[in-house]
Amino acid sequence: MAESGAATASEGTPRRDFLNLVTASFAAVGVGAIAWPFINSMQPARDVLAMASTDVELAPIAEGQAVTVMWRGKPVFVRHRTAAEITAAREVPLSQLPDPQPDQARVQKDGWLIVVGICTHLGCVPLGQKPTDARGDYGGWFCPCHGSHYDTSGRIRKGPAPRNLEVPQYTFTSDTKIRIG
Amino acid sequence: MASGLHDSDFKNPVVRWIDQRMPVFTMMQKEYGSFPTPRNFNYFWNFGALAMVNLMIMIATGIWLAMHYTPHTSMAFDSVERIMRDVNFGWLLRYVHANGASMFFIVVYIHIWRGMYYGSYKAPRELLWILGVVIFLLMMATAFMGYVLPWGQMSFWGATVITNLFSAFPVVGNWIVSLLWGGFSVDNPTLNRFFSLHYLLPFVIVGVVFLHVVALHITGSNNPLGIEPKSPKDTLPFHPYYTAKDSFGLVIYFIVFAVLVFFAPNYLGHPDNYIPADPLVTPPHIVPEWYFLPYYAILRAVPNKLGGVLLMFGSILVWFILPWLDRSPVRSMRFRPVARIAFLLWTVAFLVLLYCGGQPPEEPFVTISRVATAYYFAYFLVILPLLGRLERPLPLPESISRAVLGGGGQVPAGAAAKPMEKA
Ligand code: FES
Repeated sequence: MAESGAATASEGTPRRDFLNLVTASFAAVGVGAIAWPFINSMQPARDVLAMASTDVELAPIAEGQAVTVMWRGKPVFVRHRTAAEITAAREVPLSQLPDPQPDQARVQKDGWLIVVGICTHLGCVPLGQKPTDARGDYGGWFCPCHGSHYDTSGRIRKGPAPRNLEVPQYTFTSDTKIRIG
Repeated sequence: MASGLHDSDFKNPVVRWIDQRMPVFTMMQKEYGSFPTPRNFNYFWNFGALAMVNLMIMIATGIWLAMHYTPHTSMAFDSVERIMRDVNFGWLLRYVHANGASMFFIVVYIHIWRGMYYGSYKAPRELLWILGVVIFLLMMATAFMGYVLPWGQMSFWGATVITNLFSAFPVVGNWIVSLLWGGFSVDNPTLNRFFSLHYLLPFVIVGVVFLHVVALHITGSNNPLGIEPKSPKDTLPFHPYYTAKDSFGLVIYFIVFAVLVFFAPNYLGHPDNYIPADPLVTPPHIVPEWYFLPYYAILRAVPNKLGGVLLMFGSILVWFILPWLDRSPVRSMRFRPVARIAFLLWTVAFLVLLYCGGQPPEEPFVTISRVATAYYFAYFLVILPLLGRLERPLPLPESISRAVLGGGGQVPAGAAAKPMEKA
């Protein structure tokens, strides 16, 4: 009797530990499985994701002008660059850029710069689309929120923003038309 | 007791009947009637009670505003204007709610300042302090989401900038941002969830406030001398002494509140928020509400996005470990000649940051913000830990009653200074 009692006691403890561990793991997995639908429901819904692409007619935009179009609830800057602006963007050595990217990699046709008009710092819309706007020290855009300066290729040059203005997916559907998205 | 009933002292038969079965009256009498409270409170000790009253005002006005508000991007702005123009007393409800938020922060900032000055965060009140910091963080989240609801320009761009802060975190940043937005930018899904959470969080605050008060009633209150009551002579029953003192403070508080609501209801707001939200145009000068300006200044003081975000969050998270950064056994700054000056300078730094946060991000404000930010953190992380070892505090009075009632309260300096020298 005494022997078998001692045996049970010594085996009982690890067995109980094991049961506790299994129960706790199941509870944790269960809580996670229940929490996930709640958390995931907060991500963009299907209708939001399905929002259509945006077509832009380029013909009316003269050299030196810019327009802003809406795409997925965000402004997109379409800028018809002048020759001087293109050279300015291409002359700067990459080593001087906080986020080095050649201008050629950011455009499909030299004259047309298309970027998402959202400052990569904290999401303000930079100024520079209207001729009367301040365009910053590099002739591109200037974000007044915390003072980020972008150049004529939409690259960050000065200020707290970490990255260049994002280039969205787009295709030239004809010589004077693009589709964003 | 044999019957399982509580042994009630109340005479009124109805009160007694209830109290025997559920001794809430006995509890209230113990915690708010006879509760022994240090006899030397000054008016800084009013602000906990004021914060409690303010929370109830916010919840009441908020529930009534929600009866008229529509959380949809195309209707939110107009529904707020309708509250102002058409709903009976809608203007009063809204102005009390909006200015109530400012009053809440004024009251809570003074409450926190008092806790820092008189060392209320020190053992055994660490948990009480931590719960207070949790309440403050919940308040900030609630206030931020509430400001988005009118869907004006500042609502929209404030929401955009603040939610974008989370994109600074590596790996999970963008996932968090789209979780907050429910889309690709601040939009209708964002407004909907902010309304839902803005309604929820105040009740979470009520829960944490309850815990804050429970913890307070275990340790008892600190007091301006920072020494524990040693005998019944050092304390007074909470009622009528402090119910009366709190009532007086409440009257002053209501006067200030009323002046804001009736004479300067938009003084602390931004005119830009009376322009409907426009996702294509950022106002030239966006600033958060005044109570967030110090943290906004810290954010802008750092020329690096992630660094700025980390310092900004860190500026409040550091409060959590304050009880362990300050190792001096003397609580009240009254007896800490060096720490007192360092803390008053910290207060100045905080106010300077508050001022700079409202200015455009240009010189000289950037440099000033940097200096103030450096001091803000140096106080917590360098000055306080060092002073805990190096400072020689003034002699503490022997007891609260001796100090208050006079009669040779000071004991010989050597005797009182002893416990500090151990540290
Ligand atoms: S959002 Fe553009 S600089 Fe901060």
